Amino acid sequence: MSLNIIVLAKQVPDTRNVGKDAMKEDGTINRAALPAIFNPEDLNALEQALRIKEANPGTTVTILTMGLPRAAEVIREAIFRGADSGIVLTDRVLGGADTLATSYSLAQAVKKFGNYDLILGGRQAIDGDTAQVGPQIAEKLGIPQVTYAEEIVDMANGHITVKRRLEHGVETVKAPLPCVVTVNGSAAECRPRNAKRVMKYKYAVSPSEKAKLSEEMQAFVEARPYLNLQEWGAAFVEADPEQIGLPGSPTKVKQIENVVFTAKESLRLENNDEQIEALVKDLIANHTIG
Amino acid sequence: MANFYTDNPDLRHHLEHPMMRKIVELKERNFSDADKFDYAPLNFEDAMDNYQRVLEIVGEICGTTIAENAESVDHDGPTVADGRVTYAPGTQVNLDLCRKAGLMGMAMPRRFGGLNFPITPYIMAADIVSRADTGFENLWGLQDCAETLYEFGNDDQRSRFIPRVCEGETMSMDLTEPDAGSDLQSVMLKATQKEDGSWVLNGVKRFITNGDSDIHLVLARSEEGTTDGRGLSMFIYDKRNGGVNVRRIENKMGIKGSPTCELVYKNAPAELVGDTRMGLIKYVMALMNGARLGIAAQSVGVSEIAYREALAYAKDRRQFGKAIIEFPAVSEMLAVMKAKLDASRSLLYECARYVDLYKVLEDIARERPLTADERKELKNYKKLADALTPMAKGLSSEYCNQNAYDCIQIHGGSGFMKDYACERIYRDARITSIYEGTTQLQVVAAIRHVLTATYRTLIDGYAATEVRPELQAVKDTLANMAEAYYAAAADVSAANNQEYTDLMARRLVEMAGFTVMGYLLLLDAQRNESFTKSLHVYVNLAQAEITKHADFIARVKPEQLDYYKA
Repeated sequence: MSLNIIVLAKQVPDTRNVGKDAMKEDGTINRAALPAIFNPEDLNALEQALRIKEANPGTTVTILTMGLPRAAEVIREAIFRGADSGIVLTDRVLGGADTLATSYSLAQAVKKFGNYDLILGGRQAIDGDTAQVGPQIAEKLGIPQVTYAEEIVDMANGHITVKRRLEHGVETVKAPLPCVVTVNGSAAECRPRNAKRVMKYKYAVSPSEKAKLSEEMQAFVEARPYLNLQEWGAAFVEADPEQIGLPGSPTKVKQIENVVFTAKESLRLENNDEQIEALVKDLIANHTIG
Repeated sequence: MANFYTDNPDLRHHLEHPMMRKIVELKERNFSDADKFDYAPLNFEDAMDNYQRVLEIVGEICGTTIAENAESVDHDGPTVADGRVTYAPGTQVNLDLCRKAGLMGMAMPRRFGGLNFPITPYIMAADIVSRADTGFENLWGLQDCAETLYEFGNDDQRSRFIPRVCEGETMSMDLTEPDAGSDLQSVMLKATQKEDGSWVLNGVKRFITNGDSDIHLVLARSEEGTTDGRGLSMFIYDKRNGGVNVRRIENKMGIKGSPTCELVYKNAPAELVGDTRMGLIKYVMALMNGARLGIAAQSVGVSEIAYREALAYAKDRRQFGKAIIEFPAVSEMLAVMKAKLDASRSLLYECARYVDLYKVLEDIARERPLTADERKELKNYKKLADALTPMAKGLSSEYCNQNAYDCIQIHGGSGFMKDYACERIYRDARITSIYEGTTQLQVVAAIRHVLTATYRTLIDGYAATEVRPELQAVKDTLANMAEAYYAAAADVSAANNQEYTDLMARRLVEMAGFTVMGYLLLLDAQRNESFTKSLHVYVNLAQAEITKHADFIARVKPEQLDYYKA
């Protein structure tokens, strides 16, 4: 069974290594101070896609990313790890999108792509942490969604069986294809970049990147179809201008507050079982744990 | 997340040595593979970019998973049941990662599925892997057995076995036996040729690193009735055929993740490599030279991690109201550790470059006759590689032991506990000066280059390089060190007494090595100012050591030989 898999990936600022200049005065992210990385849970999703590809010869894995033109970097990164090709959805008019406008734009791109069997993506991105885009895309495409996926257990007869990691345990569900699956960070880590693939694909470029190359390198890229990444705009995916970018985004940031946690109360316990047991009971009673 | 390549700019400095252009252009035969393989480089810059990118992958895997697994691998170790070895869980993860990243068969030609990397960047990967997990470097580094298969196997053997190594199958070199350790001429494992021409092996091997590997290179006695090295041949044993079982694995002091096996061969089918009788005198010598360079790299990796662990602890640990690194007694130890690390690394890559140059010329000779000039070059590079390999292996393994010792010393009482990585580093370091030939045997291989002035030719070459005015004083010191070395070598030579030469050999080889490493650091500092500090620290140390050795050689004459006999 060969499948066409789309992996949704996002280039995000690395919020895991935040320095003191990570935020600007106005409370927005200082993107210049944070390195742009492959959203970690999207890498988990990619690994699931690559495992399906290994088990089902002929399967293709295409990366779809929306962002600035430089988001082509995540496509190359994915190809180095085993993906086949990628599309950067980039357009000035797509900028400033909230999750509603983003999922609309991506859903339009998926429709343009057409013949797909499975859409995989990370549970959420580390810059917004909304976990909304995957589910919204499924709704807009009118297909089922499976969230919090930890492992794709089986893929047969047009159905996918997925183990979900939930707060209180695991759940295994089955869904018909095509569907959207969003993958948890607890899923298998993505495989490393492969040396040969890095050497083969390091010159893969999007059209806007290609335009900046020397004539000699442009000819080199043109002679090798596998080095050409796709770049799509809003018009190409037939997006309604009212539903994309700022106009399509009902979310408005009213105010941003810097919150510094300070200790309000403290509790001193003696080192014995009774006091520790009492504390655990208290914590369960007030729902801090359990 | 740490990346053990990008967090260490010294590696890039060595990778970008001016001699690399020649190495890469020869290795890539003027980039003729670019039309045949989509991952072959277009030109020198492209090739160097490839090495960087692949070393970044190595650095990333090592800086994260492999380094993180090192402690559990040391703790769990491999197990053996029913004649088969199971690696520690962490080791299996590490190997799987290296396979997926395509880091097996790195130096093999592309037509067999390799990356066609020169030895220098491959050895750099070994240096990085060893920093992450010294024992794992053995398993990963045994891929260089494929080099011997490539050099001496026939085309059929190359095309059957090398692609499997590039795909990630592991190798082992089955040489040592209970009664044949340093003295491999005594190998007894019996190779018998059957009537149909095929061979079977019978006997026992001991201390075989990764002895349950997929593809073995085996040294065995093919000539019945012989007792010396000329009766030995080299064979390939393919695990798929069966016939070799692991009887036990050793319980070792260090590199515990690397299974050291006792093997029993029972009519194990095998195939001959090259010609009979050449097993030890030609093939194993080549195999060992490659392995020795690998151990030199492993040693440098150990020095690196020992230095880093010690530095981090010294910055962190506070006593008497300040970080202990503030105390000269501690900071001097760290400066000396770094100097020894830098010196041994410079020697490692100098050696790797000459190995690259002679091997690539040898390989070109398989395709076409070399010109007279090329033949001369080949001979010269081979001699330099032969001289520098035992020096690098011997001295860098001793240095890494010293650095591991000092790493524990800086940790104080905590270093003696199992809580810190330094105690594992100390145990792992210990084997480097023993296996693939003890330091004493490296001296045996190196001393002839003291007496035939190979090192002197090298040193004269370094001395002819112009340096910046501020480095002139240290260059003058190096010239004095060289003179002291030449004088001591001449004195020992003049005594014309083999026993006396043997007694003084280690001192002479060290004098040569200290001088060579001093000059190499001078050239590093000339190219990159960040080496200036290590240059000064190292030359101060080396000068004192050379004076000490010169004094000993001047005072202890052949008349005293009897005092040194048991």
